[in-house]
Amino acid sequence: MTDQAHAVEHHHDEEGTRLGFWLFLYTELFLFGAFFLVYAVYRSAHLEDFKLAAESLNTTIGTVNTVILLTSSLTVVLSLDALKSGAVKLAKGLLLATILLGLAFLVIKGFEWSAKFEHHLFLQTASGIAAGEGSPLLTPGAEMLPNGQVLFFGLYFIMTGTHALHIIIGAVWLGLVYFWISKGSIHPGNVGVLERSGLYWHLVDVIWIFLFPLYYLVH
Amino acid sequence: MEKAMNQNYLNSHTSAKWTKGFMSWFMSTDHKRIGVMYAVAMFSFFFAAVCLGFVMKLQKMYPASSGWEIIPPEWYGSFFTLHAIVMIFLFIVPGAPAILGNFFLPLQIGAKDVAFPRVNLLSFWLYLFGAIMAVVGVLLGGADTGWTFTPPYSVTTKTISIFGVTFDSVSWMLTAAFILGWGTILTGINFIVTIHRMRAKGMDYFKMPLFTWSIYATSWLQVLATPVVGITLLMIVIERIMPVGFFDPSKGGDPILFQHLFWIYSHPAVYIMILPSMGLVSEIIPTNSQKPIFGYKSIAIASVSIAAVGYLLWAHHMFTTGMSDFAAVLFSFLTFFVAIPTAIKVFNWTATLYKGSITLTPAMLFALAFIFNFSIGGLTGMFLGSLSTDIHLHDTDFVVAHFHYTMFGGAAFGLIGGIFHYFPKMFGKMYSMLWAKIGFVFMFVGFNALYFPMLWLGYYGMPRRYHTYPDIPIFNKLQMASTVGSWVLVTGVIIVLAVWIYALIKGKRTTEQNPWNSSTLEWQTATPPTLFNFEEDVEITRDPYNYEAFHAEVAAGKAVGGKRD
Repeated sequence: MTDQAHAVEHHHDEEGTRLGFWLFLYTELFLFGAFFLVYAVYRSAHLEDFKLAAESLNTTIGTVNTVILLTSSLTVVLSLDALKSGAVKLAKGLLLATILLGLAFLVIKGFEWSAKFEHHLFLQTASGIAAGEGSPLLTPGAEMLPNGQVLFFGLYFIMTGTHALHIIIGAVWLGLVYFWISKGSIHPGNVGVLERSGLYWHLVDVIWIFLFPLYYLVH
Repeated sequence: MEKAMNQNYLNSHTSAKWTKGFMSWFMSTDHKRIGVMYAVAMFSFFFAAVCLGFVMKLQKMYPASSGWEIIPPEWYGSFFTLHAIVMIFLFIVPGAPAILGNFFLPLQIGAKDVAFPRVNLLSFWLYLFGAIMAVVGVLLGGADTGWTFTPPYSVTTKTISIFGVTFDSVSWMLTAAFILGWGTILTGINFIVTIHRMRAKGMDYFKMPLFTWSIYATSWLQVLATPVVGITLLMIVIERIMPVGFFDPSKGGDPILFQHLFWIYSHPAVYIMILPSMGLVSEIIPTNSQKPIFGYKSIAIASVSIAAVGYLLWAHHMFTTGMSDFAAVLFSFLTFFVAIPTAIKVFNWTATLYKGSITLTPAMLFALAFIFNFSIGGLTGMFLGSLSTDIHLHDTDFVVAHFHYTMFGGAAFGLIGGIFHYFPKMFGKMYSMLWAKIGFVFMFVGFNALYFPMLWLGYYGMPRRYHTYPDIPIFNKLQMASTVGSWVLVTGVIIVLAVWIYALIKGKRTTEQNPWNSSTLEWQTATPPTLFNFEEDVEITRDPYNYEAFHAEVAAGKAVGGKRD
């Protein structure tokens, strides 16, 4: 009955872990892939409505956010590079920059969302079954929109919302990595976790690169 | 007697902190303990869902005009939904990979554990959490949407009010399914990496046992298909709680799009269900014939091609939705095409028996029943894959009988056979061979008595999901036969479960390593296996089913054989 726990040498297989992580990233892509498929189907079904609705999105804000997110992808990869070459302080600084850029993205997104709510461009959450016409839970403006535009904004909120959720998860993870670097458990000889969190961050970035033109640029 | 208690996975632990009782299991990252935990949970759910099925069959014993009513119509809707959700999401989809895959995949390839033991435990927790959520959802009102959650009904069906609190049980169940999906995905990733990275020295891909091959193909399907259905189910949740109509035509949505997204996962899911059981049959049959499996490579490749083709034929569930003729013809063709690798396997198994030295162990009986039942299930699938006959048979009891022949008579029989096969290795206990065989006879006879009449019923036009039926002599006779069959089947299930439980508590202790004299690697470990499976690093030099070489090894004392030799 002696526990053999101490004998457990979970010999660490870095390449295997990376393979598993890539598979995980793949499932994330497929998850968003279903959204993109739905977007494509409804865009072709309600082309005019989608064009009209897209015009109400602010291209400038979208562009700013794109630049912010791309920069954050750069900083995270530089951070990995710095840590690999032993510049721990620089790596931490760049990691912090990545997290702050991610937060900046979220703040801007938040402003954008709340502006949409004020302009009655979306559906409000109604408890229970979707509220019918005349329901006090529904903003009057929302009911006036044609179906295609409601679908557009529905997809817009859900896709950017799911994306924002991924940014939050990524930022929290990067925060933990920052903490682990400070503690010394992630160090120049052991960068695997930083590398994987960076990959995740890139994935979130790549998804945005598809979201941005589909919602902001194609009119 | 104390000395007989060797160090094994049942009395040693992966964690220094949790070494006693429940927590030593619940916190264990040992793949074998996790497999056993899955087994306990899954067979409990399985039995609960069997009971639901039993009540539904009882309800169908007499037509409504005779005044017979066991459960009211609205209950019947909840019953078949719950029966399906439990059987599919909690039992047969995760079933064989989670129980026997977890336990035997590392043993078969000579690994110490899976690639990510902690993720493996997380998968189990996700499974348990999702399962508890589903059960709570059912107790608090249930869902009557069927397991397919097809809109618009799944969007409009009422929420249930309990003690004045509105409870959206359909959304709740959908979320549970989403969580269960992530558990499956993580298991799939884990197994793929394990197979890629942790095979013992000398074990090439084409030296892997066939169960491992089938788990490999299954894992890819889990990773490829599950995320899509996860997000699709969440879209139904969003549609239920917000006034946006993704799948509601009155709001510009397209309900057919949901069906596509749903079946993109759920059709591959039927291969997720059946492939591991095919793998188990491919283990049981050569062992109990004492000869190499016929066409090893073709079975391995068939597993992968079933997975690949199976991914591309989802819309054969939708021939009646009015999709384009071209698409219908294409999907029908692919449906027939997937029958080819499936049939290759059936022929290979049969050919393995030829001139074999056959022993009818309980596992072998279940494997042979698998071939019989699955052939009926597969061939009736051809009826449904044909465009013209499908129009007649769609949404009838014929469909219900067809997929029970594949899922229950196939996948579940294979899993139960697999458990009989591996039981002594897993627990170091032996069950009663006589009672196991009696249980088999009840299950096999009952199963066919239950479902064969349903093929007829469907052909005569009995719709599925109906609570009752008109008083027509042919219906009355067939329904009665089917109900009586369900009694025999349930008796068989109870006997089988009782055989296992009795063996666990009072069964004869055994340390025999290789009771069936099998040539594959997992039988060369101690019984029950030690915590890290193999004392020394393993090296593979021969094909897994090379019985000639295996017998020579046993004679030379290099491998452990069984008493039958």
